Amino acid sequence: MGESGKPLYQELGLLEAEYERVVSLMGRTPTDPELVMFSLMWSEHCSYKHSKPLLKGFPTTGARVVMGPGENAGAVDVGDGLAIVFKVESHNHPSAVEPFEGAATGVGGIVRDIIAVGAKPIALLDSLRFGPLTSQRSRFLFRRAVNGIGNYGNCIGIPNVGGEVQFDDRYEDACLVNAMCVGIVRHDRILSCAAKGIGNRLVLIGNRTGRDGIGGASVLASAEMGDDDADKRPSVQVGDPFTERKLIDLCLAMSEAGLLVALQDLGAAGLTSAASEMASRGGVGLAIDLDRVPLREEGLAPGEVLVSESQERMLAIVEPGTLAAVVDMAARYELDATDIGEVTDTGELEALWRGEEVVRIPSLYLTDDVPFADVPQNPAPAPSPIDLADVAEPDDLAVAWLSLMGDPNVASKRWIFEQYDQLVGAGTIRRPGGDAGVVRIPGTDRAIAVTLDCAEWHCELDPRAGGQASVCEAARNVACTGALPIAATDCLNFANPEKGHTGWRLVQSIAGMAEALTAIDAPIVSGNVSLYNESPRGPIFPTPVVGIVGLLEDASKSVGSAFHRHGDQILLIGYGEPRIDASRYLGRCEGLPPAPDLAREAALITLLVSAADKGLLASAHDVSEGGFAVALAESCINGGIGADVTIPKGRRADEAMFGEGSARVIVSCRPDDVAAVQGLAGSSITVQVIGEVAGDGVMITIAGSTTQVAVADLARVWEGAIPQALEA
Amino acid sequence: MSATRVAVLRFPGTLDHESAATAVRAVGGDPFFTHHTDTELPDDTHAVVIPGGFSYGDHLRPGALASRTPIMNAVKRHAAGGGRVLGICNGFQILCESAMLPGVLRPNASLSFICRQGDLEVADAGTPWTGGRVVGERLSVPFKHHDGAWFGDPGESRVVLRYRGENPNGSVDKIAGISNLAGNVMGLMPHPEEACDPLLGSVDGRTLFAALLA
Amino acid sequence: MTLVVVTVMPKRGVLDPQGQAVQGALSHMGFGDVADVRVGKRIELEIGGPDPAGQAAKMCDDLLANALIEDYSVEVPG
Repeated sequence: MGESGKPLYQELGLLEAEYERVVSLMGRTPTDPELVMFSLMWSEHCSYKHSKPLLKGFPTTGARVVMGPGENAGAVDVGDGLAIVFKVESHNHPSAVEPFEGAATGVGGIVRDIIAVGAKPIALLDSLRFGPLTSQRSRFLFRRAVNGIGNYGNCIGIPNVGGEVQFDDRYEDACLVNAMCVGIVRHDRILSCAAKGIGNRLVLIGNRTGRDGIGGASVLASAEMGDDDADKRPSVQVGDPFTERKLIDLCLAMSEAGLLVALQDLGAAGLTSAASEMASRGGVGLAIDLDRVPLREEGLAPGEVLVSESQERMLAIVEPGTLAAVVDMAARYELDATDIGEVTDTGELEALWRGEEVVRIPSLYLTDDVPFADVPQNPAPAPSPIDLADVAEPDDLAVAWLSLMGDPNVASKRWIFEQYDQLVGAGTIRRPGGDAGVVRIPGTDRAIAVTLDCAEWHCELDPRAGGQASVCEAARNVACTGALPIAATDCLNFANPEKGHTGWRLVQSIAGMAEALTAIDAPIVSGNVSLYNESPRGPIFPTPVVGIVGLLEDASKSVGSAFHRHGDQILLIGYGEPRIDASRYLGRCEGLPPAPDLAREAALITLLVSAADKGLLASAHDVSEGGFAVALAESCINGGIGADVTIPKGRRADEAMFGEGSARVIVSCRPDDVAAVQGLAGSSITVQVIGEVAGDGVMITIAGSTTQVAVADLARVWEGAIPQALEA
Repeated sequence: MSATRVAVLRFPGTLDHESAATAVRAVGGDPFFTHHTDTELPDDTHAVVIPGGFSYGDHLRPGALASRTPIMNAVKRHAAGGGRVLGICNGFQILCESAMLPGVLRPNASLSFICRQGDLEVADAGTPWTGGRVVGERLSVPFKHHDGAWFGDPGESRVVLRYRGENPNGSVDKIAGISNLAGNVMGLMPHPEEACDPLLGSVDGRTLFAALLA
Repeated sequence: MTLVVVTVMPKRGVLDPQGQAVQGALSHMGFGDVADVRVGKRIELEIGGPDPAGQAAKMCDDLLANALIEDYSVEVPG
C-alpha cells in the first residue's frame, strides 16, 4: 500500500495492466524496491513504450555507420581510423521545474553518454523552446536555462558551437531544453555497454549517491506539468561540473589504457537503468551489494539507492586483475571507484541490502519486456494555404523589415552564445552565429560541421512535410559550411500521444524525417524521445529536433555566412518560391507551407559541398526565419558590409522579401567564379546572379522599387532585440 | 640541440592545457605537463605556462585553491630565479592568488561569462613578452571568462596589454594583461593559445608563446 | 571538535556588483526600501585542537579570505 491508501503500483505510475504483467512475469508479488524499479524502467522516459515501434522507420545503416542506435550514442567513421560519436537528448521537465539545474544536468547527462562510448567530447549544442519574452516567467526560464548550460558546459571545457531557440506561446508552460554532444574516438577504442565475463567486477565511479531525482524519470518525464508541480521540486538533480570534468578525464584515461570491459553512464533511473541495460545487452546477470555503494547521506532505503539520479556517476565492468589499476587511476584523478558487485550467469539483476536479497529480476523484464502502447492515429484536417488578400500589405517595406529583424525569433542570438565558451580546445573553426558550427577533428586536417534544427510550425500544419523540412533545414545549414552531411541524431519532443492529433503528428513526422534522411543519405545513429510535453493550456507544437553532422575533408575550406569584399557577386541558389504561410513575418502558425522536394534538396547539398571544395564560395547562408531580406541582412551584418540586389516580385513584394518555405541559399563569390558555380548546378537547381556586395547599406530592388536600410541600423535592431526584451 | 622545455601546469579542472602545449610546440618549444602534487619542476625547465580553465571548479575564489598546491612553490622559486612564467586566464587568477602578481581578478561587471574576440593594444613594448612589438599595436586575441575584471594598483606592476574600445569586464584601467615589475612573470585574461592558428582567425598570440623560449 | 563560523564579506568601499544586482532585483520585486546589499560567504568549520578561533583566523589569512578585497570575522557559537 502506498502512503495515500492507493496501491503502491498506482502511486508509482504503473497501470493496473502493467502491474499484473509484472506479477505474471515474476511469478510472485514483487518487493517494494522491485516495483519501484519496474515503474521507472517501464515509464515512458526509460522504455519508449509509445515510440519504440515507430522509430523502426528511421534509416539507421550506411557505409560509414560504425555503431547504430541501441548503445549510449552512435558512431560514424570519419577516416584515419577515427569515428565521431554523437547524440541529442532532452531534459525538458526538470528544466521547467528548476531551469538552471535542469539545463545543466541535461548537458551533464548527454556528455556522459558520449564518454560511455569511450569518446572524447569535442562539441556541444543546445536547442531551446520557451514562451514569448514578453512573459516574465519565460524570461526567467530562458535566462536561467542559458546560465545553467553555460555554467556547466564552460566548467567541463567542451566548446558550445551552435544551437537554436524559438519563443512561442505554446511553450509557455512546457519549455524544451535539448542538449547535443559530439565526441571523437578511435575505432579500436569504442566501448560498449554490454557487460561480459562471469566474475568480472561491477565498479561505480564518480560522485556519491544521494536522494537526487528520486522518482524523476517516472514522476517528471512521463506526466504532464500540472499546477501542483511544486510537489515535483525535490526530484530535481543538482549538477557538479567540476566532478564531471574529472570523470571525463578519468574515463578517457581508463579507456586509453584498455582497463575497461564495458562502460555505462547513470542517468534516468540511476543504478537500475544502467545495470539492467548492461546485463541485458551482455546477456548476463549482475549482482549488486547495495551496502558497498558510497552514500552522500544516511538513511537511504535500498529502493532509493537503486533509483537515485545523483549526477556524475558511471558504471564500469572491470576484470578482477585490473581492478587495482582502475582504483589507483581514479585516486589520481581524485574520484571514487568502488567495487559494488559482479557479473553473473543468471541473466538476473540481484541486489543485497544488509546481507538480505531485496531484488531479483531477470534484467530483460526491465529492459525489453515493456508492454508497448498503441499510438492513436487521429489525423488533423489539412490546412488551407493563406490567401494573400487576407494579409494586409505593409506601407513601408523598410519598417516591416526592421520590425522583423527585432523579433526575438529572428534576431541575433549573441546574448546566448557569448555566455558559452565556444573555443576551448583550440579547434573551433566556425563559431556560433553562422549556419553551423565547425570544429576540427583533432590530429587531422579534417573538420566536422554540426547543427540542430526543427521546423515545428511546419510539423503542426503538415507533419510529414514538416518532418522532411526539419531534416532538410539542418542538412542545408551543414552544407552551407561546405561539409557533406553524413549522419543524424534526433530528439522527438511531442505532447501526450494519446490525446488529440499528437499521435498522428508523431507518426507522420517520423515518416517525413525518414524519407528526407534517406534522400540525403544521413542515417540516424542515436536519438531521444520526450513525450507529454504539455500543460493545462495545451500541447506544444510537434518539435522533432534534428541534429546533423557533416564532414569537411579539408578544414581550411570551410565557408562562413558573412560577405567579404565589395565587388563579390551575390547569387541566389536553390528551388521553390517563398511563401507567407507559417512565416515569422506572418507571425502565426497558419497556412500550408510548401513541402520540400527531396531530390532537389539532395542536389542543392551536392552543389554547396562541391562549390566549397573547389574554393568557389566567399560565403553561403541559408534563407530561413524571416526569409530572404533577413538572411541577406545577416550576411551583411556579419561581414560589416553592404549589398545591392534585385529579386523577382513573385506574387507580392513583401512575400518575396520575408516569405519562407522554399530551399534557398544566398552565396557570394568572386566575379570570375560565377560561371563555375553556375556550371555545378544541374537542371533541378537554379543559380541566379542577383547583385553584388557594395556600399554600407542593404538595397533590395523588386519590380523597379528599391528598399534600402543602412547595415548599421539593421545591426542595431537585430543585435539589440533579445537584450532589450530581457530588460523588460 | 634539443628543444626548450616548457612546463604546462595542470590542476584538477584545468581545461586549456592541451591547446597551450600545442601553442608551445608551434613556436618550437618542448612542452610537458606537471601534476599538482609535484613538489619540484624538472631541472631543465626553461619556462612555465599556467593555462586557463576552472581549476578546482573555481571553488572559494577562482585560482584560490590551485595557488596553494605544492607545484606552485616550485613555480615561485623558478620565478624568483628569473625564470619566465605566463599565466593565461585562470592562470592569471592563480598568479594573483599566489601573490606572484599584484591585484585580484573579480567578477565581470555584467556578472556573466563573456566569450568574444578581443581587440587588445600593446601598452608596454619593453617587457620580455612584447619585445618586437610597438606601443599601440593591435592584437586580436579572444577572451572567455566570468571573473576577468582586474582590481588593484596598476603602479605595482607593468601594464602590458589593455582592451581597446569598450571595457568588456570592468577591469581597472581596461587592463587585459600585466607583468611583475621585473617583467618575467606575466598574466593576461585573453587566450593567446586560441590565436596561434590562421584557421582560428588570428595568429597574434604567437608572440607571447615565442617569448617563453627566449 | 569545535564549530567555528567564519563570515567573509567584501570590504566596504570595494564595489560589490553581486550586492548591487541583488538590490536591483529586490527593488523590481517591490522591496524598494533596501538601502544596501552586500553578499558574502559563511563557512562552517569543525576544528579540533587548541584555540580553534585562532586557527580559523590563520586559515582566513592563508586561504579563506582574499585580504585585498575581503574582510572576515570569526565566531564560535555556543
